[in-house]
Amino acid sequence: MTGFTWLDIAAVDDIPLRGARKIKTAMGCVALFRTGPEEAFAATDRCPHKGGPLSEGIVHGQSVTCPLHNWVFDLNTGQAQGADAGSIAVHPVRVEGGRVLIDAAALLRPPAA
Amino acid sequence: MTQKLVIIGAGMASGRVIDHLTDTAPDAFDITLVNAEPRGNYNRIMLSPVLSGEKTYDDIVTHDDAFYAKHGIATRFGTAVTAIERAGKTVTVGADTLSYDKLLIATGSAPFIIPVPGRDLPGVVTYRDLDDTNAMIAAADQGGKAVVIGGGLLGLEAAAGLAERGMDVTVLHLMGHLMERQLDPAAGYLLRRDLEARGITVRTQAVTKAIIGNGRAEAVLLEDGTTLPADLVVMAVGIRPETRLATDAGLEVGRGIVVNAQMETSDPDIMAVGECVECAGQLFGLVAPLYDQAKVVAAGLTGTPAVFLPKDTATKLKVTGCDLFSAGDFADGPGREDIVFRDPGRGIYKRLVIEDDRLVGAVMYGDTADGNWFFGLIKDGTDIEPMREALIFGPAAQGGAAADPLSAVAALPPEAEICGCNGVCKGTIVSAIDGGATDLGAVRAATKASASCGTCTGLVEQLLQVTLGDGFVKPTAQPICGCTHLTHEDVRRLIKTTPLKSQEAVWQDLGWTTRNGCHVCRPAINFYLLADWPLEYRDDPQSRFVNERKHANIQKDGTFSVVPRMWGGITTPQELRAIADAADKYAVPTVKVTGGQRIDLLGVKGEDLPAIWADLNRAGLVSGHAYSKGLRTVKTCVGTDHCRFGTQDSTGLGIRLEKALWGSWTPHKVKLAVSGCPRNCAEATCKDVGIVCVDSGYQVGVAGAAGMDVKETERLADVATEQEAIDLTVAFIQLYRENAKYLDRPYKWVAKVGLDWVKARVVDDLTERQRLIDAFALSQSIYQKDPWAELAADPARFAPLADLTLEAAE
Ligand code: SRM
Ligand SMILES: Cc1cc2nc3c(=O)[nH]c(=O)nc-3n(C[C@H](O)[C@H](O)[C@H](O)COP(=O)(O)OP(=O)(O)OC[C@H]3O[C@@H](n4cnc5c(N)ncnc54)[C@H](O)[C@@H]3O)c2cc1C
Ligand code: SF4
Ligand code: FES
Repeated sequence: MTGFTWLDIAAVDDIPLRGARKIKTAMGCVALFRTGPEEAFAATDRCPHKGGPLSEGIVHGQSVTCPLHNWVFDLNTGQAQGADAGSIAVHPVRVEGGRVLIDAAALLRPPAA
Repeated sequence: MTQKLVIIGAGMASGRVIDHLTDTAPDAFDITLVNAEPRGNYNRIMLSPVLSGEKTYDDIVTHDDAFYAKHGIATRFGTAVTAIERAGKTVTVGADTLSYDKLLIATGSAPFIIPVPGRDLPGVVTYRDLDDTNAMIAAADQGGKAVVIGGGLLGLEAAAGLAERGMDVTVLHLMGHLMERQLDPAAGYLLRRDLEARGITVRTQAVTKAIIGNGRAEAVLLEDGTTLPADLVVMAVGIRPETRLATDAGLEVGRGIVVNAQMETSDPDIMAVGECVECAGQLFGLVAPLYDQAKVVAAGLTGTPAVFLPKDTATKLKVTGCDLFSAGDFADGPGREDIVFRDPGRGIYKRLVIEDDRLVGAVMYGDTADGNWFFGLIKDGTDIEPMREALIFGPAAQGGAAADPLSAVAALPPEAEICGCNGVCKGTIVSAIDGGATDLGAVRAATKASASCGTCTGLVEQLLQVTLGDGFVKPTAQPICGCTHLTHEDVRRLIKTTPLKSQEAVWQDLGWTTRNGCHVCRPAINFYLLADWPLEYRDDPQSRFVNERKHANIQKDGTFSVVPRMWGGITTPQELRAIADAADKYAVPTVKVTGGQRIDLLGVKGEDLPAIWADLNRAGLVSGHAYSKGLRTVKTCVGTDHCRFGTQDSTGLGIRLEKALWGSWTPHKVKLAVSGCPRNCAEATCKDVGIVCVDSGYQVGVAGAAGMDVKETERLADVATEQEAIDLTVAFIQLYRENAKYLDRPYKWVAKVGLDWVKARVVDDLTERQRLIDAFALSQSIYQKDPWAELAADPARFAPLADLTLEAAE
């Protein structure tokens, strides 16, 4: 296929609108952000500044503000905005038929040899 | 040799197929058209004008008996096909069997019926065909109340039509805003406002539980217990492809009948078209793509196979006066950027979504004239980079480039309107400036320009700059944040006076330049709305800083602290035991006595919060709001109960004040103290409200500080009774809630408005004092509840949504 491993995570309504929930992965926690009724993003849940949990931040437009010291990240690119320098890893997400799907290729544990 | 073609369903899609066949290959087929409805093809999308009375059924018929006769099409209307027998290539219609060489399934969709009790009662209708429409018209002739379940395209057209026919209509919608598939919340808000203006009641987040009635529908019962009387109930909650025949015949069926790009099903002699199909994983619910499909079907039948490519579709709502347009993919996916334009005066909202320099989606409300132009850009994938700056202004703005805003303002003719609300044109403003109005306030006073919604403030300032040159100094009033040029004070005033009762209303009517604010303005607006409209507005946790959403203080390592309330600093052995047990059970690393006379459990894991709260709740302990912009603590001293100097019951008064004020939201945190005598062991003279008891009664001081600034309280009043001391405190806090800027502690706010202004309202004007007390009580009736108890009931929200650590990659 296209190299994506779409994994159905939850109903989009399980994430509050303009809010976030986190999922646990082998690569650490990943935050799922719901920026619009049918719009979602995923990114690592750790702020590069001092490790703030981004899933607890205020979600606005297509950005999130870290709850600890207000760094703002663009969820499209993962880049910190304004004067702050840094970035977070973002992961492909789709919302389809009311479900949120995440590309799990990079998140799953490699199979045991 | 003419082949036998049987068509199942005389809908909009098959009507098009018939048109193409009779045009290009009139003799290729012997056509038999079977329809379950007792009529032939008609323009289904025009049922709404029929419902509202703008058109009649005859106006919307697309193919009549004369047409079928002229083209030799045999018709079987009023009976459904009940089976397809693929081996023998026949279909069953009533008692008859028809044989085919080619079969076309065009069965459309069936309305989705929500499985609630009472759905089968007479008086409950769906909205799909002429019979439904006629049933609604007949019901409307009796007058009365209609409840429409579903705030999508169909539901709203039904609602508007029924309202037009004089019914009292309520629309129930499950989601947070209307037409959420086509509109974003901002446009949904404008639509709701327009529908409400024509008398339609809209209830969002309304979950239908049952339809009740004795022998026929009489009311709709909601999940929250509300009962809405209804003479007519319209269910318009969605459609599902009509696939039953195909499934029974063993054709491949997913969500719809699966077809390839040639519209062939898994049986090469059977094609399918319209809403019943699924192509490339997609379903179709609007006519534009069905027309493309019809072309491909006709081409395939006549031996010149073509390819169907699903394309973007645009939606309009056919309700006169509600101008909306949405196209493309305005919500999904990463890599996207928004351009937002709002004209509050005219109720206009436009949003464009751009990805890789292409326009991928557009939502418009109020002015949809450029909709098709934008739709064209979306479909053609035009590179919009060269016109990005002025893109949102549509085709008219392309070409000429007046990039510098100042020269653009300078170039405006004197009769150009600057302030839409007050109808003030450029010439009037310029003569006011020439006449000596050299700042914004003076221009406002002289002309009223920018005095209403304020969105033209920037323009007026530019005019000042153009007219005065270097003589103009831009005022320093700070806007709330980059989303608006308005100050906190302006926004508070406009929320009260306009009035604005939702965040969408603020963003739209005050011309926010972002989609939905940012971390700076959202908490402020959320507070203003809940303080000014306690009944109409509902608190939005997503607009709160994490501590207020989680009801615990986040720590630097992402854990939380838990501080239960200790009323007036008084506790009991039983409470202390519960705290100790919780500390043990949840392995709390630090237990500390705070500066606010209570105990802090620091370092609790986020997942454990609901459980520790439930444990503390069981011992009667509630949230201490150590995290909130709200009442924190009321410190007390031991007072007359024990102290040899105590003059009044300072502990008791402190407890009563804490019980009155807890749970309320305020612009910033609020701390109180009550000392039993002027020795002031509770440090009352540096609190937001501090009461010092004396022999003659109570000295009520306000506006103290002992944080980043240190400041002694100022005397609000001396009163004789405890009740008066409580009344003054409550009235003062409510005045603060109604007027202060978000994040101003009381001492900062009082410095701005002056203690005399406060005294006039809280102390001297007894009517106003009572109004403040009543307003506070109203707000408390909604907000004074223990958030821990509420959240502990739903622990799932605190757990991760999924755990992928156990799943391995393939
Ligand atoms: C726990 C406590 C310290 C202690 O161990 O005693 C405390 C802890 C914090 N204070 Fe405080 N303050 C505490 C009593 C005080 C006091 C003393 C008092 O209440 O009598 C003051 C001075 C009085 C005042 O309110 O101004 C105080 C003035 C502040 C300020 C400065 C406020 C100001 O307007 O100047 C902040 C910052 C802010 O609110 O913006 C602050 C903020 C904080 C925060 C919430 C910092 C933050 O934003 O994360 C600290 C949370 C720590 C945590 O992770 O739990 N804390 N803080 C006290 C809790 C009292 C309670 O039971 O609720
Ligand atoms: C009130 C309303 C307003 C709308 N407004 C718009 C709009 O503004 N814009 C837009 O693009 N779209 C609109 N639509 C949607 C549009 O009407 C549909 O997309 C379109 O009609 C689908 O065409 P179709 O041929 O697939 O199905 P239909 O038009 O539904 O035709 C299917 C026919 O098949 C018949 N049938 C089903 N099963 C059998 C059987 N077993 N045997 C025989 N016959 C059978 C049905 O009775 C029906 O007559 C609207 C729909 C409604 C109801
Ligand atoms: S004084 Fe500073 S460090 Fe200490 S609790 Fe208060 S905010 Fe935190
Ligand atoms: S940890 Fe995120 S901004 Fe500091």
